[in-house]
Amino acid sequence: MDQLTLGANELAAQIKSGSVSAEDYIAKIFDRIKNIEKSVHAYISLNDSAIEEAKRIDKMVKRGERVGRLAGVAVAVKDNICTKGLRTTCASKMLEDYVPPYNATVIDRLQQEGAIIIGKANLDEFAMGSTTEFSSFGPTRNPWDLTRVPGGSSGGSAASLAAQEAALALGSDTGGSIRCPASFCSNVGLKPTYGLVSRFGLVSFANSLELIGPMGRSAYDVALMLSCIAGRDSMDHTTLDVDSVDYTAKIKQGVKGLKIGIVREMISDGVDDTVAKNVHDAASKFNDLGASIEEVSISSLQYALASYYTIAMGEASSNLARYDGIRYGLNMNPEGFAWNAYYTKARSNFGSEVKRRIMIGTYVLSSGYYGKYYLKAQQVRTLIRQELAGIFRKLDLLIAPTMPVLPFKIGERIDDPLQLYMADIDTVAANLAGIPAISVPCAFNDGLPIGLQIMGNHLSEELLLRAAYAFEQVNDVNRVASV
Amino acid sequence: MNVKIGLEIHCQLTGLKSKLFCSCSADYRGRDPNTNVCPICLGLPGTLPLLNKKALEYATMISLVLNCRTPGIATFYRKNYYYPDLPKNFQITQYNAHEISSIGMDGYVEFDSKKVRIRRVQLEEDPGRLVYEGSMETSLYTLVDYNRAGVALVEIVTEPDFDDPKDVRLFLNKLASILEHLGVCDTRLEGSVRCDANVSLAGGRKVEIKNINSFREVEKAIMFEISRQKSLGMKGMEVRSETRHWDDARRVTAQSRVKEEEQDYRYFPEPDIPAVNFNDELIRSLKSAMPELPDARKTRFVEQFGLSEQVAQVLINDKYLADFFEEGAKLYGNAREVANWIVTDLKGYTDEFDGIRSLKIRPLHIAELAKLVDQSVISRTTAKQILQEIVKNGEMPSEVAKRFNAAQISDKQTLIDVIDNVFETEKNAVQDARQNEKTVNFLLGTVMQLTSGRADPKLALELIRKKLANIT
Repeated sequence: MDQLTLGANELAAQIKSGSVSAEDYIAKIFDRIKNIEKSVHAYISLNDSAIEEAKRIDKMVKRGERVGRLAGVAVAVKDNICTKGLRTTCASKMLEDYVPPYNATVIDRLQQEGAIIIGKANLDEFAMGSTTEFSSFGPTRNPWDLTRVPGGSSGGSAASLAAQEAALALGSDTGGSIRCPASFCSNVGLKPTYGLVSRFGLVSFANSLELIGPMGRSAYDVALMLSCIAGRDSMDHTTLDVDSVDYTAKIKQGVKGLKIGIVREMISDGVDDTVAKNVHDAASKFNDLGASIEEVSISSLQYALASYYTIAMGEASSNLARYDGIRYGLNMNPEGFAWNAYYTKARSNFGSEVKRRIMIGTYVLSSGYYGKYYLKAQQVRTLIRQELAGIFRKLDLLIAPTMPVLPFKIGERIDDPLQLYMADIDTVAANLAGIPAISVPCAFNDGLPIGLQIMGNHLSEELLLRAAYAFEQVNDVNRVASV
Repeated sequence: MNVKIGLEIHCQLTGLKSKLFCSCSADYRGRDPNTNVCPICLGLPGTLPLLNKKALEYATMISLVLNCRTPGIATFYRKNYYYPDLPKNFQITQYNAHEISSIGMDGYVEFDSKKVRIRRVQLEEDPGRLVYEGSMETSLYTLVDYNRAGVALVEIVTEPDFDDPKDVRLFLNKLASILEHLGVCDTRLEGSVRCDANVSLAGGRKVEIKNINSFREVEKAIMFEISRQKSLGMKGMEVRSETRHWDDARRVTAQSRVKEEEQDYRYFPEPDIPAVNFNDELIRSLKSAMPELPDARKTRFVEQFGLSEQVAQVLINDKYLADFFEEGAKLYGNAREVANWIVTDLKGYTDEFDGIRSLKIRPLHIAELAKLVDQSVISRTTAKQILQEIVKNGEMPSEVAKRFNAAQISDKQTLIDVIDNVFETEKNAVQDARQNEKTVNFLLGTVMQLTSGRADPKLALELIRKKLANIT
């Protein structure tokens, strides 16, 4: 089998056994990138020292040293996750030349397991978007159909996997930013329980909602990557006091006897018929595997989108205040400007979507409107959390479409922000409630991928991955696009 | 006229090792610009605040001492505003409008038989500092030094319960002594305590004075502001509700730059710091580990050492002075005498705020001095002269006394020569001195002057009287 399409687990095993050299493999990845990046544009920057790191892995293998669970495996890292010495732009002009002096905790953990960071993957500016069109470095194209968007905001990460430019990827998910592109690019993407993975080094967009998560071409790979990055971190007070476990250990235990709910509100209004049909088909497959399926209604979901965008934009307006061109990033001449005039000049370099969200976010936090918007949104959030908690006392898992629509054309919706926000309707609930959710390839329709979303209670990642794995065994969907 | 004064006090927790949210040193003073910084306190993308647990304990201790309620759960808020000294363009602080967020609230402080209510005690981060070449007005550019950014501040807000600037001074003295006794803040360090004051006259509008950078200036700033508002009233002019700042150099309050619009800080809960729970056990252990505080120490000084209330009060107003006394009293048992030397004589060499730190004198000097006087080895007058020497060079009193003796002129003939000389030049005084004892002292003074104070005064006086008696 082609090294570029191998699962991370097999690849690491072959590199550890010496049958594949990490150096050769990484060189092949770079060849692949060279050949197809013009069409896909998954990456913003590449890691020049990747080959050196691969050589080091090979040496360690020869000496019989421990090289880690991801020895030599090529990883794409979303470019809003800090990498020491490697430029981290958030796809924004504001951070065009920004080189972090430190590694995100997840990067340290991946490197301890022998993973090799291939490059920094494209995204919507500061992760604000669901198409990767709002990147200051140009859009990423969907490897399954280059005229279409790969989803977003982790579009570069998802596209790199489908186009075999990496074996694993890191994304971040604030309101669906891992699951949406995983769905559009036919790969597996997991948004973990809030607090399971450290955010230290993730450039904040809406910090109460978002998390870094693993992406791969199989549930097994995602489980393996999660095992390497999960667990408490003293650098992030919002991490939960839990250890990482081996999430692959119970992955093959099946879904027999599980109670699975299919969420009515997520599969009715505004959901593409083909998508709905395929998700219903998926439900019957779970039924065949021995799980029971019932329809559930979550009435508070009707407010989820409004609540999500109010909170996300409010937090964003504060989180992005620091980009003022004084300390780092964009370096403009302040000569002749009073400081507030300089701020105006520097901050005009944000893209239009970022500006829109900062403005709305500023508005919802304003003193006269705080109670009406931000506070109300938080109350809705509590309501959704409580309603979901009630449901998870009766059910083990929930399923729904990841995206209500199929991947659309590049430029098709870029001028209609409300339309774009609506596409997040099925993903934001997990972020509001802090529960884990995974997107698994479900089917193809006219060559375009459809994703199935599985949600579970807090810290039910093992169960989620078990269900995703079981589904994959009976639902073989292509993960490898020929570009 | 009825005056209302409220205070907002910021104290740096200089007793901490590190800043409020990172491991950079809390001691930023005297460092090269922007060398006491890290990705967290610079607010670099992707960094998260890591709450200093010790800072929480310190703020809780302060709250307890100020008789505050400690609600048992503390949350943090973001105060959003743009300013170049603020690395994240928001300050992490606490905010009680939406919930009880602060470490302490609803407390009070008693001083000098008065009582001032404390509205809240909260933790927040200090911004960096703007630095201008020359002055702010003439400098062509602004430099920013982030060494201070992220240092832990405790904000103490009083109700507007003061009606006299003098009480403000007494209150701040007590607060400073409390902070010193707790070991949380060295109030003598430049900029470690800052105070804003709200001042209004009866029925008038409230004026906020900012930028009072040391406790000693607060009383002066308020007094100026009261008289400014009074004179506006006498001229029939209205007091505007505004923010003024205290101009240290010109000794006036001046109007701060008028803001174009009302600031809206868009407070909202800081998502990166989960709510902190204080269990009763923590409160109990903090209470039991609480050091002795000024009030208790004063009572002990009165009971244990027999000091008067007043003397004890002067000592405990400044922890350094109180410690100085106790150490002295340990070395020499006559504690009242040791205290008297400190309070009546030594204090004369110092000003109220700097205390006696800068002097060379140590407790062992005062102890020995008191002992020498008690044993009549030296007179009280000589002892005072000796004290003058000690504060300058830190010599032991017995050494100074020896030096004094060695230099003394006690040779009869030498003194007679000097006295003869004086009697020649001060004929009128000599005539007068036969009736008037005071003039005798004048003659002695002249002798002392001519001998640069080295004449043995007893012997000289004896010789002067003898000579006066011999005049016919």
